[in-house]
Amino acid sequence: MATTVTEPTAAPEDERVRRVGVLSKVLGRPELGAIAGFIVVWVFFAIVAGQNNFVGMATTASILNRAAPLGILAVAVALLMIAGEFDLSIGSILGFSGMAIMIGVTPVDAGGFGWSLMLAVLVALVLALVTGFVNGWLVVTTKLPSFIITLGTLFVFRGLTIAVTRLRTNRTQLGNLDEVPGFHLFETWFGKQFEFIGARFSISILWWVVFTAIATWILVRTRSGNWIFGTGGAPDAARAVGVPVRRVKIALFLTTAFAAFFVAMSQAIEFTGADTLRGTRKEFEAIIAAVVGGCLLTGGYGSAIGAALGALIFAMVQQGIVITGIDGDWYQVFIGAVLLAAVIFNNFVRRKAASL
Amino acid sequence: MRSLDEPLIETRKLSKYFGSVIAIKDISMFVHPGTVTCLLGDNGAGKSTLIKTLSGVYEPSEGEYLCDGEEMHLKSPRDALARGIATVYQDLAMIPLLSIWRNFFLGSEPTKGWGPWRRFDVKRAKEITREELGKMGIDIRDPEQAVGTLSGGERQSLAIARAVYFGARVLILDEPTAALGVKQAGVVLRYIVKAKQRGVAVVFITHNPHHAYPVGDHFVILRRGHVFGDFAKDEVSLEQLVQMMAGGAELDTLTHELERVAADDPELRKAVEELAQEAKSVATPEAANGGGEASPED
Repeated sequence: MATTVTEPTAAPEDERVRRVGVLSKVLGRPELGAIAGFIVVWVFFAIVAGQNNFVGMATTASILNRAAPLGILAVAVALLMIAGEFDLSIGSILGFSGMAIMIGVTPVDAGGFGWSLMLAVLVALVLALVTGFVNGWLVVTTKLPSFIITLGTLFVFRGLTIAVTRLRTNRTQLGNLDEVPGFHLFETWFGKQFEFIGARFSISILWWVVFTAIATWILVRTRSGNWIFGTGGAPDAARAVGVPVRRVKIALFLTTAFAAFFVAMSQAIEFTGADTLRGTRKEFEAIIAAVVGGCLLTGGYGSAIGAALGALIFAMVQQGIVITGIDGDWYQVFIGAVLLAAVIFNNFVRRKAASL
Repeated sequence: MRSLDEPLIETRKLSKYFGSVIAIKDISMFVHPGTVTCLLGDNGAGKSTLIKTLSGVYEPSEGEYLCDGEEMHLKSPRDALARGIATVYQDLAMIPLLSIWRNFFLGSEPTKGWGPWRRFDVKRAKEITREELGKMGIDIRDPEQAVGTLSGGERQSLAIARAVYFGARVLILDEPTAALGVKQAGVVLRYIVKAKQRGVAVVFITHNPHHAYPVGDHFVILRRGHVFGDFAKDEVSLEQLVQMMAGGAELDTLTHELERVAADDPELRKAVEELAQEAKSVATPEAANGGGEASPED
């Protein structure tokens, strides 16, 4: 009973602090699973679809062109997931923004507003940010899981897109964007394709890289990044030390909405039009890419580079299946199975790293 | 400079009610800079309510709360922080997945550059973290280490070091040793003394007099929401503290129970004998007297 602790105990040298080797540190990076998964999937298709030119400039270009829009979404979703929230509505915001641009530029006699592309894009941007704010505001004020909130807004935004488009234009698709004044300026920035060693690369790839770099910079080198990690890791603890948790969350819902808007704009320019159903299922693909890239579903951990790699893996699987010539009906089975495998592998690597 | 004789924070007849429940009633106490004031009390004594009131989570229902001799009305923990009153909660201290240096500066990150190039000064943050922890006697090898891999005692110490670095003048520690083993608790107690030596006024909440006695300068015993006793260290012995915490009769019962359990374990029996001795020694009239008086400071 007489355990008086008058003498301070010895220096905590035998506390459970271990020396961790360089290997373990590398394995502890969130991106690692995605890098390993990338290699595995690439080698798999290089063998299975080798004779169908999987390894080659044309296929590489197709993969990157597919990966870019998903990657832009996934990077934004990764930031939000690190802060501990989901956004299931980005696919709907994508469809919504695309249609907003198209209704804006469509001539008045066809049910649109007849604006210039610049004005339509700006209005669509503002509307997209409003949808993001609605998501964020609902999540922080109701304190309900964002999964439920954005599942609701998924239907609301998609339904709005379909209903308003049909009401005004009596159609579900709008086109002829290339006839609108200002189109060429936008095409130069967001719709261009570049010839490179016999293959066509979309300028979206460049934007994807830029966004990934910006997101990474924000995450690891700014105070906002520290706040994002803190918000997802332990919201109450973060709030207690002065992190504006609510503001961080709302800002990140604005970010995912912006990413959806950006992809919608790029695609509207690339395809010179939009469809009310565009972006369907993109929310799931983006979450899958972020998780494959090392984001924890519980928040507080993840990386933007990982999410970008996750998108790359996703696109690789899609393209690999297409060129292997497997019956299209089996496509979803393959996508699902390969992605599950990637996540399980990723998880395995992370556990291994933690126990080294 | 304020003199060390003037209390940094003081409460006068502080009370807090939740509906019909009297959580704390007429608590009067004061805390001087460079001292450790221990708030002792068993479960339900009102310790939590008192510290939440001191740290700005609750507004008192009655009474005054003074800082530097001026009455203040704290609306939130941020208000308290702005006056240099920092609270380290047992569980609410750190983010396990984040590295030590990121945790240390979370919410108060140093930056360099301007405009879009304003960025987290990572190099400085790591340096300061290492330096500050060193000052508190914590030797970390790698500030990149995730806090989740630290032991409970190290986490508490890190939280204390952090509060001290960010200018805490009053440090309220909520049961920092409760969930810790003997040795780990020792580590935390040492940082409490370090913080005190740096001139911080420490309010140390615990239900363990064995942890409180070695580091405390001043002991406030709470029982059922009231101040049961308030002593300087030279006015009270460890045995008396134990007695006042538990009550002699309860301690006797415990001794008897333990005796039955310890019948065939020589080591445990020895401990029980010591306990019985303790219970006997504190049951003297002198000690009972000391414990029965109202708070001597008013």
